[in-house]
Amino acid sequence: MDTIRNAMPYLMEGLQVTLYIFIIAIILGFIIGLIVALLRLAPFKILNWIAKFFVDAIRGTPFIVQLFFIYFGLNSLGFFSMDNTTAGIVTVAINAGAYFSEIIRAGIQSIDRGQTEAARSLGLNATQNMRYIILPQAFRRMLPTITNQAIISLKDTSLLSVIGIADLTQEGRIQASQTFEAFTIYLTLGVIYFIVIYLLSMLASFVERKFVLR
Amino acid sequence: MTMIRVENLKKSFGKIEVLKDMSTVIEEKEVVCVIGPSGSGKSTFLRCLNRLEEITGGHVYIEGTDITNPKVDINKVRQDVGMVFQQFNLFPHKSVLENITLAPMKLKKSDKKAITEKAYELLDKVGLREKANAYPGELSGGQKQRVAIARALAMDPKIMLFDEPTSALDPEMVGDVLDVMKQLAVEGMTMVIVTHEMGFAREVGDRVMFIDGGYIVEENVPAELFGNPQHERTKAFLSKVL
Repeated sequence: MDTIRNAMPYLMEGLQVTLYIFIIAIILGFIIGLIVALLRLAPFKILNWIAKFFVDAIRGTPFIVQLFFIYFGLNSLGFFSMDNTTAGIVTVAINAGAYFSEIIRAGIQSIDRGQTEAARSLGLNATQNMRYIILPQAFRRMLPTITNQAIISLKDTSLLSVIGIADLTQEGRIQASQTFEAFTIYLTLGVIYFIVIYLLSMLASFVERKFVLR
Repeated sequence: MTMIRVENLKKSFGKIEVLKDMSTVIEEKEVVCVIGPSGSGKSTFLRCLNRLEEITGGHVYIEGTDITNPKVDINKVRQDVGMVFQQFNLFPHKSVLENITLAPMKLKKSDKKAITEKAYELLDKVGLREKANAYPGELSGGQKQRVAIARALAMDPKIMLFDEPTSALDPEMVGDVLDVMKQLAVEGMTMVIVTHEMGFAREVGDRVMFIDGGYIVEENVPAELFGNPQHERTKAFLSKVL
């Protein structure tokens, strides 16, 4: 018990870092996902290809390789220097963005074509149709899958410890090596992740109920 | 005044030519009922009139504007051409009132209050004022279709297109929808109606157009087309449906 009590302040600091990175990255990731999905569905072949290439590249490579590429690879070019937190946020955002884009694309395509026809026949243009008719319906359908990806991304942030970001996992590693109580510390670490993710999915199901499908 | 002029309209889906060469003129306040066997191209013909289908060849003029011209602002033209679909296509995430007010709110200059008042008037017209705050999922098919008509009317269209508006309805719902359409016809709306309701076409139509095989085979006043069809294909079709 003392081990946990002594380690807790450090773990909480790490949790703050984890949540900070997660929240910024997931919002950015969602914006990336939306843009990529719209490019993928745009009536221009070249934009479709760019979007597809992006998604394939991200899906076809491990997260940790993406992280090393962005942090070590891009920094080594010498055009700019990115600190590890920024690199971490960027990697999680881009990674989540690729997966989100596929979720959003599928969600948009799942809406009946008659909806678009009705909207367009009233005189709404393609953008208004997307904004007022298609996306609001699509988002409701996507919510469970989006939650799923958000949870995966939250867990992916634990990999950021390898580039020295003092996130929850990194703080746990430090505590484990300092106290020699690896069993207790890592069990605690797991419980903290579990609680955070549990709260996240509770929030998601609350939102789902609020925007119930009619 | 000519509302719709169709000149040598052609439409292909890939290699399949659905509309082969159609020409007709529809005048203001005219009610034209389009009949024909399934797969004859009558829905496609209707959908070309507001360019929901890209037109392959020929010209379609709406109030003098050639909508096959890619430079034409089709969204502007569509505001004058209301459309009612077989499957209603109401917006399920919006209330009945919002379904009706959404497009005018985004596209018309008039203020919100006037638009809402107008929406209630239209709901009165289709007999559904008490459903203003209901959602489409809570309505019967006939009610949905009447809301869809009100939604189209909210843009103050000059032309209304109906694509088999009663085909997806239970028989006891059909009458209510047809009554609303009759009322519109009486009020002088220019209407093009693809329908299987021969009784309705005969009673309300100023003209009946028989389409088969991608051509307008025959068009005439209802009494003549139903009573004295000229073309063999028209006779064959009518003998099956009447």
